[in-house]
Amino acid sequence: MKKYIIQSLRLTAVLLVLLCVLYPLFVAFVGSFSIGGGGGEKIMKNGKAVGYTAIGQSFTKPEYFWGRPSAVDYNAAGSGGSNKGPSNPEYLQQVADRIDTLLKYNPTIEKADIPAEMVTASGSGLDPDISVQGANIQITRIAVYRQLDEKTVEDLVKKNIEGPLLNMFGPSKVNVLKLNVALDELKK
Amino acid sequence: MNTELLGIIVTYGLTLLLAIPLGIYLAKVFAGEKVWTDFLNPFEKGIYKLSGINPKEEMNWKQHMKALITINAVWLVYGFFMLMFQGYLPLNPDGNPGMTPDLSFNTVISFVVNCNLQHYSGESGLTYLTQHFVIMFLQFVSAATGIAAAVVLFKAFRDKTTTNLGNFWVFFTQSITRLLLPISVVIAIILAFNGTPTSYEGKDQIVSLQGDTVNVSRGPAAGMVAIKHLGTNGGGWFGVNAAHPLENPNYVTYITEMVAQVLIPIAMIFAFGWFIRRKKMAWVIFGVMTLGMLLLLVPTLISELGGSPAISKMGISQATGAMEGKDVRFGPTATGYWSTVTTIISTGSVNSMHDSTMPLTGMLQLVAMMMNCFYGGVGVGLLNYFTFIIIAVFISGLMVGRTPEFLGHKVEAREVKIASIIALLHPFIILVGTAIATYTLVYFPDAAWAVKPANWLNNPGFHGFSEMLYENTSAAANNGSGFEGLGDNNVFWNVLTGFVLILGRFLPIIGPVAIAGLLGAKKYIPESNGTLKTDTVTFGVMTFVVIVIIAALAFFPALTLGPLAEYFTLTR
Repeated sequence: MKKYIIQSLRLTAVLLVLLCVLYPLFVAFVGSFSIGGGGGEKIMKNGKAVGYTAIGQSFTKPEYFWGRPSAVDYNAAGSGGSNKGPSNPEYLQQVADRIDTLLKYNPTIEKADIPAEMVTASGSGLDPDISVQGANIQITRIAVYRQLDEKTVEDLVKKNIEGPLLNMFGPSKVNVLKLNVALDELKK
Repeated sequence: MNTELLGIIVTYGLTLLLAIPLGIYLAKVFAGEKVWTDFLNPFEKGIYKLSGINPKEEMNWKQHMKALITINAVWLVYGFFMLMFQGYLPLNPDGNPGMTPDLSFNTVISFVVNCNLQHYSGESGLTYLTQHFVIMFLQFVSAATGIAAAVVLFKAFRDKTTTNLGNFWVFFTQSITRLLLPISVVIAIILAFNGTPTSYEGKDQIVSLQGDTVNVSRGPAAGMVAIKHLGTNGGGWFGVNAAHPLENPNYVTYITEMVAQVLIPIAMIFAFGWFIRRKKMAWVIFGVMTLGMLLLLVPTLISELGGSPAISKMGISQATGAMEGKDVRFGPTATGYWSTVTTIISTGSVNSMHDSTMPLTGMLQLVAMMMNCFYGGVGVGLLNYFTFIIIAVFISGLMVGRTPEFLGHKVEAREVKIASIIALLHPFIILVGTAIATYTLVYFPDAAWAVKPANWLNNPGFHGFSEMLYENTSAAANNGSGFEGLGDNNVFWNVLTGFVLILGRFLPIIGPVAIAGLLGAKKYIPESNGTLKTDTVTFGVMTFVVIVIIAALAFFPALTLGPLAEYFTLTR
């Protein structure tokens, strides 16, 4: 028994060095050659970082495209979903309120145009994307608030669609922050 | 065909393409045959030398289990104190505090047993030091423990009669050096180049486009995300696990992480077949497990892609499926596949909030963990399946009126008793745990704990019951996912699941290894016409039936009270 204890202690010590020091340092070294140097890829505007590509931001002003509802209000210090079950009445009321808000700000659209992700909270609370339809329903509003013609905004959305991987695997999406940065740059 | 469906088909295909050759390679590694990674020999010798281990020493099954338990006990003590005192230790750029004793107790057990139930949130609950030196360390070694235990079982059936089952330290070390570490490096690099952070910088403060100030949690996550999937651990760097856009930034990382978590569980089946020189048996086991997976996956997809009935009633289009708790870059199809995979094998990492999935999906997630042997966790999935094989051998033997045999060894009362106890232990701890929780909730709603029982549940009604059932099932299956709405960071849940976790890990390892050890030592009876063949489709079906009957009988009442009741309420 005593033999096993000593062997266990020594093996643990050796593996701590291998797995917890050498392995992550090696990964950190290789990762430093990636975009963002291993600290995450950032989006720049006028030479200033306005956020991370992967991390969604809260957009509440009507002249910006909105992202999805978030249970943590896009506070990226943490993360979280709503964890509301599908039959929870309080939750269903929340969804109904979100529908009303969307209809109020986008008076030209119909209920059936609204895609599910625009009225439901994401899993991470930091979802950077919406579906193509989620962007399309906001085009008229953006055009009105920014005094652009709809065609210009529509083209911008089209330009920002990220298709499936290799055009074959997974969903299409639009990164809300990238789209909004492009929108701001359009104005100049 | 739609791109979302195509995505998961390719993911599964890629998994098989890699897993089968990997399994054959593993069989050779553990048999001591020549493989291309033998250049690591001197490196491994160095590890043995530094640890005072004689790699040539043969152990019987009892010595194997003693070694396994001793080193696991060392990790428990080590991790417990590290987590409690992390606040005073270095590598803590965000200034996070130490854990309370009950949370530390729960967390260390949870990671030692390869479960990774997390009652804390990574961003605020751990430091970079403990993320690496406790959490990631345990993710490597708990996976290696499971694999080593499975190899002991392989060893018992390779030779005709034997009590020499190889050396535990060698199996354990080689699981790391020949398998877990090299593949983790590859995965971590793929993740790093797709946006998962690797640097040790702390939180970053930015001003968003709209002008809000936001802090963004980061940290060297890529290495840990790699092993957490490869070792079917599942504990994430960030609170929301693989749903977090830095842990799982795009569809490439989705595929990588999905392949990584199923890779070893499938490879171990083939390693078993090739190791004991019965390839057909591997295919039969693989067939049964795949059938089990599909029977859980297809209804999951149907239930998720149909969208939420309550939201349909509001007139909203759910073109791709239900979206609450899911992220757009994966979509409901890939998320549904993930939820099945992460519950059949005991990963428990999530890329969506299971609490928000449709009632039937939630039920299938529960059923997957209740059976816990379709592919299953690294090493332990096969051990669980072996338990059911022994029961199936016994029942089939009775049906045809012959002495039950498995691979030329008589299966007698002692082995069947062990198998039955292990098979029934799982439902026992899940249901008793849930009963204790429910009782406490009803009779002591105001107990003065960090979260008082009256506030445990995030959802009313049947779904609330499902949250408690899920927590216990996940702990017993060493899965680690959760209906995370449950307020589980308090002394009650930390202690209760702590015990459920330990029981759900070590007995289901010791039981099958003991059976294998006992059988391997018995006289070998050559096959004859009267032998019950265990590598046929018929026997595969028999095993499947045994698994389904045990799970159905044990869990149907509990499932009726939770997800089924919710389903019928919602579709009324």
